Amino acid sequence: MSHAPTADTGESLFARLTSPRVLRSILPAFSLVVILLAIFYLQPRAMSPIGLKLLFNLSVPIALATIAQMFVLCVNDLDLSIGAYVGFVVAVGATMLDGGIAALPALEGMLPDPVPWILTTPISGVIVLAAGIGVYALLGALIYIRDLPSIVVTLGMSFVWAGLAVLVLPTPGGSAPAFVRAVMTLSTPVVPFAIVALVIIAIVVHFGLMRTAYGAVIRGAGGNPRSVARAGWSLLKIKMVSFALAGFFGMLAGLALLGLTTAGDANIAVRYTLLSIAGAILGGSEFVGGRVSPIGAVIGAATLTLANSFLTFLKLNPDFQIGAQGAILIIILALRVLINRAEARR
Amino acid sequence: MSGTPENIVRLDGVEKHFGAVRALDGVDLAVNAGECVGLVGHNGAGKSTLMNVLSGTTAPGAGVISLRGVDVTRGYSVATATTAGIRCVFQELSLCPNLTVAENARIMHSALSGFGWRRRAGALIIDQLDRIFPGHGIAAGDNVGDLSIARRQMVEIARAFSVTDTAAALVILDEPTSSLDAHVAAQLLAFVRDFVAAGGSCILISHLLGEIIDTADRIIVMRDGKVVAERAGSGFTRDSLVAAMGSVAKDDAAGRAAFASKRESGAPRVRAKPKAQTDGRDLVAHPGEIVGLAGLDGHGQKAMLLAIMGEGETGQGDVTVTGPLALVAGDRQNDGIFPLWSIARNTGIRSLRALRTGFLIDRKKEDALAEEWRERIGIRTPDVHNNILSLSGGNQQKALFARALASDAETVLMDDPMRGVDVGTKQEVYGMIREEAKGGRTFIWYTTEMDELDHCDHVYVFRDGRIVADLPRSELTEEKVLHSSFEEAKS
Repeated sequence: MSHAPTADTGESLFARLTSPRVLRSILPAFSLVVILLAIFYLQPRAMSPIGLKLLFNLSVPIALATIAQMFVLCVNDLDLSIGAYVGFVVAVGATMLDGGIAALPALEGMLPDPVPWILTTPISGVIVLAAGIGVYALLGALIYIRDLPSIVVTLGMSFVWAGLAVLVLPTPGGSAPAFVRAVMTLSTPVVPFAIVALVIIAIVVHFGLMRTAYGAVIRGAGGNPRSVARAGWSLLKIKMVSFALAGFFGMLAGLALLGLTTAGDANIAVRYTLLSIAGAILGGSEFVGGRVSPIGAVIGAATLTLANSFLTFLKLNPDFQIGAQGAILIIILALRVLINRAEARR
Repeated sequence: MSGTPENIVRLDGVEKHFGAVRALDGVDLAVNAGECVGLVGHNGAGKSTLMNVLSGTTAPGAGVISLRGVDVTRGYSVATATTAGIRCVFQELSLCPNLTVAENARIMHSALSGFGWRRRAGALIIDQLDRIFPGHGIAAGDNVGDLSIARRQMVEIARAFSVTDTAAALVILDEPTSSLDAHVAAQLLAFVRDFVAAGGSCILISHLLGEIIDTADRIIVMRDGKVVAERAGSGFTRDSLVAAMGSVAKDDAAGRAAFASKRESGAPRVRAKPKAQTDGRDLVAHPGEIVGLAGLDGHGQKAMLLAIMGEGETGQGDVTVTGPLALVAGDRQNDGIFPLWSIARNTGIRSLRALRTGFLIDRKKEDALAEEWRERIGIRTPDVHNNILSLSGGNQQKALFARALASDAETVLMDDPMRGVDVGTKQEVYGMIREEAKGGRTFIWYTTEMDELDHCDHVYVFRDGRIVADLPRSELTEEKVLHSSFEEAKS
């Protein structure tokens, strides 16, 4: 037995394609294409593989951070510490993940000679990064059990992460581990690696969150936590899982950023907090209600990065660039509001 | 004591108290396989609490719960209920609006996982929808948030009856037809009869008495947290059900006889028509009048108060109000108090204009006002500068009354303000309201407690967002209110 879609009979294909739901879901991709075309118009040389690579490179870490933010948004919370956390990951990655504890600048001159194996193994870096993910899971538990506003908890944590990052790496320096650099400088035929990476991120997360059975439960917990609890699911576990996933993708963002810059800087990702929120919202996620879109988040992050390049190509006075970036954001979000209004009027 | 194996579920002497409120006061109830039990009662009778106990979301304070003859009281939880096949359709919709129909089925069935779960979940729910509501027009991939309320309710009902690894033994339906049209409601009730005939069990809660009498094998009437009547469905008529729901013999004939209408002279202060009202009826409140809004909880009374409060806002029906208004909230924690403020500030917030000196709030005036009302209304506190949360619930409510009464408001709206307040405080506040009404203030009082209607000069009974009865004090009886609250059948 087949079922007609909810669209009432007699609706034409055109009407269905211009329905608010469809328009809303193609808006992020539409914005990306418009900005890309504008860049090609201003700078035709960007249309080459190398040009695309340069355009999209920086969007990989931003996309990963946006995905991290999206997992937190998914359970009706907000992570104001993601930027500082990414900075912390960069600092750890540039030191401990490369040369073990011995690579910490603070220990310079205090090391025995010869340096024992235990102090140079990158395993210490792996342990610290894993602990970071563990802290994220615990934050989720704390926010759920004590019913705390996530904004306050993560704002506090942002100072903790920033402080730790400065302790690990007081001045810019260190070096990216070889494998991180190798991954980020991979070259793929025809399509630049950055674009391939973005597509893979979008597909993997889309599959994990939107298609798996547990992904549905996580999103359900954002949409109607009471109903999910009544069905016997543990909201505590859900919150911990989604925060841990945020921590995991935040870590990937830090490593990706480190691979691109090759040296570390504790303050490198300060802007990521706002960029990740803007990217997720631009991509169709909402602050409450568990409405998220991984593909949209990746597109949103790419759009933000491209908007930056676009403004550079415009040769806009750098003083106005951040404001202009904000204006682009407002225009796209205003379009979404218009679509929502059209829907409400129906 | 713990019943027989035929009892799908059996409760013995189950109690649940919330502070001073005895939501369940020793309830005995047994549901057998192949039986549909109807459950009726007015507001606060304990139906919802009973349902929460059965579904495992509320732990009972005392009593025994047994499933198929086995005592499971200790550690009874949502998981226990689910494994035993007890399913609930709650009155407030409990689907996730951001998920698809199939994904919502998944939330309830943990067995729907692994490869191809989306297809299986979709097939399961659509198959069940086909069985209960043929021609429903819902697809598995539809977002629940995009569906109409009626269709959402259909999905939720179908989900409760759908079966994966545990059979649905007992399905509890709380007002399942409230947003369904007559045709779809009939489909559901027919399905319930089939389900019961096949050996399943149902508890049906509804304010449509005709529906209950026609569908249920046995009807249980609750009042004040107790079961007060229990008979075969055919043993009740609409009238005898209504009579069973009301309290015994309390008839305030003297009060009715002594009633004098305040409507003879002058223009009304408030005139309001509910949005859903189709006939010409409207709500009218004159100076010095106490007007009661009655009916089952959630049938448009609160919306009416909010429409009056937000007078002039479009789309809320036609409302005209003269003179300033104040609202006494019933949901203290969410709508009423400012939890970080002192009692004095909580009292003065509605009267800031009168408490000003220049541009600033005059703390001396605020304190004087709070002190005056502490005396008058009897807020039990040594110091009005204490935090509002230092007060008991009843005294917090008094502070909210003081906030409204101390203001310049000529009309005071009350949103079931006595919920969970102790008897002593209630009596004091009733006296206060009557006194203030004598002084010319108008009160519009939404209440879920039948007794409180005795204080009103005029009562409007609401059902499905409309005024269905308009009773002056001289004609007010509990029976009339119940009759209007529970309508015969859907039009």
